[in-house]
Amino acid sequence: MVVFDKPHALTDAPFHYCPGCTHGIVHRLVAEVIDELGIEGRTIGIAPVGCSVMAYNYFNCDMIEAAHGRAPAVATGVKRADPENNIVFTYQGDGDLASIGMAETVHSAARNENITIIFINNAIYGMTGGQMAPTSLPGQVTQTSPYGRDVNHCGYPVKVCEMLSELEGPEYLERVTVNSVKNIRNAKKAIKKAFTNQIEGKGFSLVEVLSTCPTNWGMTPADALKWIDDKMIPYYPLGVYKDRSADKEGK
Amino acid sequence: MSDKVLMKGNEAIAEAAIIAGCRHYFGYPITPQTEIAAYMAKRMPKIGGCFLQAESEIAAINMVYGVASAGKRVMTSSSSPGISLKGEGLSYMAGADMPCLVVNVQRGGPGLGGIQPSQSDYFQATKAGGHGDFRMIVLAPASVQEMAELTVKGFELADKYRMTSMLLADGTMGQMMEPVALDLEVKPAPEKPWATNGTKMQRAHNITNSLSLVAEELEALNFARYEKYAEIEKNEVMYEEYMMDDAEICIAAFGIASRVSRNAIDEARRQGIKVGMIRPITLWPFPAAPFKAAADKVKSFISVELSMGQMIEDVRLATECKKPVTLCNRVGGMIPSPEQVLEAIIKANNGGAN
Repeated sequence: MVVFDKPHALTDAPFHYCPGCTHGIVHRLVAEVIDELGIEGRTIGIAPVGCSVMAYNYFNCDMIEAAHGRAPAVATGVKRADPENNIVFTYQGDGDLASIGMAETVHSAARNENITIIFINNAIYGMTGGQMAPTSLPGQVTQTSPYGRDVNHCGYPVKVCEMLSELEGPEYLERVTVNSVKNIRNAKKAIKKAFTNQIEGKGFSLVEVLSTCPTNWGMTPADALKWIDDKMIPYYPLGVYKDRSADKEGK
Repeated sequence: MSDKVLMKGNEAIAEAAIIAGCRHYFGYPITPQTEIAAYMAKRMPKIGGCFLQAESEIAAINMVYGVASAGKRVMTSSSSPGISLKGEGLSYMAGADMPCLVVNVQRGGPGLGGIQPSQSDYFQATKAGGHGDFRMIVLAPASVQEMAELTVKGFELADKYRMTSMLLADGTMGQMMEPVALDLEVKPAPEKPWATNGTKMQRAHNITNSLSLVAEELEALNFARYEKYAEIEKNEVMYEEYMMDDAEICIAAFGIASRVSRNAIDEARRQGIKVGMIRPITLWPFPAAPFKAAADKVKSFISVELSMGQMIEDVRLATECKKPVTLCNRVGGMIPSPEQVLEAIIKANNGGAN
């Protein structure tokens, strides 16, 4: 008999996330992976600025709240403080990772910093109330693109996995989503690999998770899950963008 | 007394940091402090430490935040424009009560300014290191020996009070070569039960954080932090008096300005003018008490600075404006000459007339 239970790596604190938001699912997947790998006691998580700013209350491992976009730099410090023991992950949204923190993202990848990054891409700034993100789709209506994102005026969305895959540095880049049971299973596999890579000393591993924001997208949770299929995946195709070890082994 | 070695100020800082047990350095190249990074790049790999050239000053201070959170001694160094970039991180360090050492080898500003020495980051260091209510312990060396000693002191105070210590030097101090004795006494770092270095499944999780959304709680945190600052103001003030016993004129000067002033004082004394100096070694906490005491004895004060007059405000506050305080300064990378300071002394001795 399988009894549904809360992963040990999650605290008892109730999530503050909006109904239908997929942060909760991704938090749970990260916690399950930490449990399964038995690394809670040596894991240090870095929370971002954005909707998941209070992630430090939800994970039972040691946690650090970083300034907006700086999580990979903070993670670099924590990792280098004790590279043999510390398992370090950041949990960052699209504004944090792909806009204000782009330099920290690119350079930690270029250094092949032995850390794990969970990147939540929901194509909008959630916490501040639904402004255009670096990953907002062309034509997407947000508070700061009320007539739809005009690419002639403010340019194109950033495809993080594609961009980073051009660098020599990173070990592993994969884009997943959590809008169906099948996709959630795949997302967990990717997250587990991203942590396992770090344990094995392979280096920079980033999992981009296409996520929903029903509140700021102005949709029901069900419609939001469908919007990922209809709009986001065509622009941000799922898949492995880099897997150096697998490539070397000829897989 | 151990043998002395001839070292540049910047190198003395780096070696003293290693002696103090610092094994993590993060920085970004900027003149005139790059020797610190170069020294660390050479030494750290040999002693099992970590030197990492960051992609920016912002990344460097956040790497410092990471190591400090993990409970280890850590530092960064830069020069004025780079310290502005670190302002965000300094504020977060303060909000999360993380200890570290930050070195500012000042150059002329504002903006990109120049690369010659300056003291024009006094306000930034002592009053406005970043947003929000916070302080940094600010140490102002006036010799290569002091650069080494105050580096060690900086780490100790940072750990003791869980906050940033800033070593505020200038381009001259950084580049100057002097004999230095490196038999420095180092207190071991205290236990850091708050560190986020893994729970080992033996304690509740630690959180390094500066976010506090409940106003009453954030207020309480600020009040508590300022109680700590009051302790520091009580216990950690450092200054040096020079010929103050019978002084009728008191010079206020720190760092390189105090070296120049000392020469001018010696010459003025030869001319029979009773002049002395109070040299703050801690700029924050500012040595207000000796200035206040001097205000009852001297006729006037001269603040000698490589700025448009920044420390002079603290001198006026400390002396409660009981006596006139004039400014003797050069800026933009220029240094006041002993002759210029002597002129200011003679003028003050004449009651303000030339």
